[in-house]
Amino acid sequence: MDSIDKKLLTIIQKDFPVCSRPFQELGEQLGISEEETIKRMKKLKEQGIIRRLGGIFDSRKLGYKSTLCAMAVPKEKLPQVISTVNQYLGVTHNYLRDHDYYNLWFTLITPSEVNLRKTLTEIERETGLKVYNLPALKLFKIKVNFHVPGVEGERGIV
Amino acid sequence: MFSELDKAIIRELQEDLPLVPQPYKVIANRLGINEEDLIGKIKEFQEKGYIRRYGAALRHREMGIKANPMIVWQVPEEKIEEVGKKLAAFPHVTHCYHRPMLPKLPYNVFSMIHAETREQCFVLAQEMAEAIGVDKYDLLFSEEELKKTSMKYFIED
Repeated sequence: MDSIDKKLLTIIQKDFPVCSRPFQELGEQLGISEEETIKRMKKLKEQGIIRRLGGIFDSRKLGYKSTLCAMAVPKEKLPQVISTVNQYLGVTHNYLRDHDYYNLWFTLITPSEVNLRKTLTEIERETGLKVYNLPALKLFKIKVNFHVPGVEGERGIV
Repeated sequence: MFSELDKAIIRELQEDLPLVPQPYKVIANRLGINEEDLIGKIKEFQEKGYIRRYGAALRHREMGIKANPMIVWQVPEEKIEEVGKKLAAFPHVTHCYHRPMLPKLPYNVFSMIHAETREQCFVLAQEMAEAIGVDKYDLLFSEEELKKTSMKYFIED
């Protein structure tokens, strides 16, 4: 990654142009051609740095329900529980976290509250473990763009 | 609430944008509408807030941002609003919510931070704690990412 790549990533994770020739517009901001912009995007995609380029939707505004779930899974049951949980399309994130009791944390998005309850019940039945449901009582922030290391500009308080 | 066309557009926009000079034209062709109408729809969805962000989702681990703890805070009920807002103002905080407490995790404000190292996270947590005046907190670092995908909407109907 050179400084143009980093600048490119910083721009496109905030706002990708919505116009007829978006890569031309991006190229103008970066001082490179449309062709080179596309080439760089392809490379960043192949390297796995860009996971996806597209719309990130507000699940609530689309009428979906989302929640955060925690489970306390004994070590020997982890592989089975992880595969059960991960098979759900609505489970978008799943992490092992270092807590001495609640070690598995996943997010779940479903088309309705009924569907959400049903999914949690299914997971409990299949794993024999309790799923702790922690729906947001209030949302204060979602901002999923990162400071690209090495780029001047928005910096955290370090 | 959403027309069949709206749903079809959302199904396309949640996939990857083709890396070609006129990507919206490619998608519009697939939908049987014209490019300008699609661009208009995307802007409309952005204005209405259906699209929270149109752009790239990055794998932050690949960029060297390897520490992403969930920092949980024990906040008195009457201070939650104020604390939530203060935490949200920190640039490193990507998510912040008020959530119910768990029996063995008695914290009610959940924040996610992303940083390059664990040490940085501890320093940040300390600074955040001082800024919000809350000293009961815990950091739950992720040990392993088991799944990370983007949600696919309107695919079951």
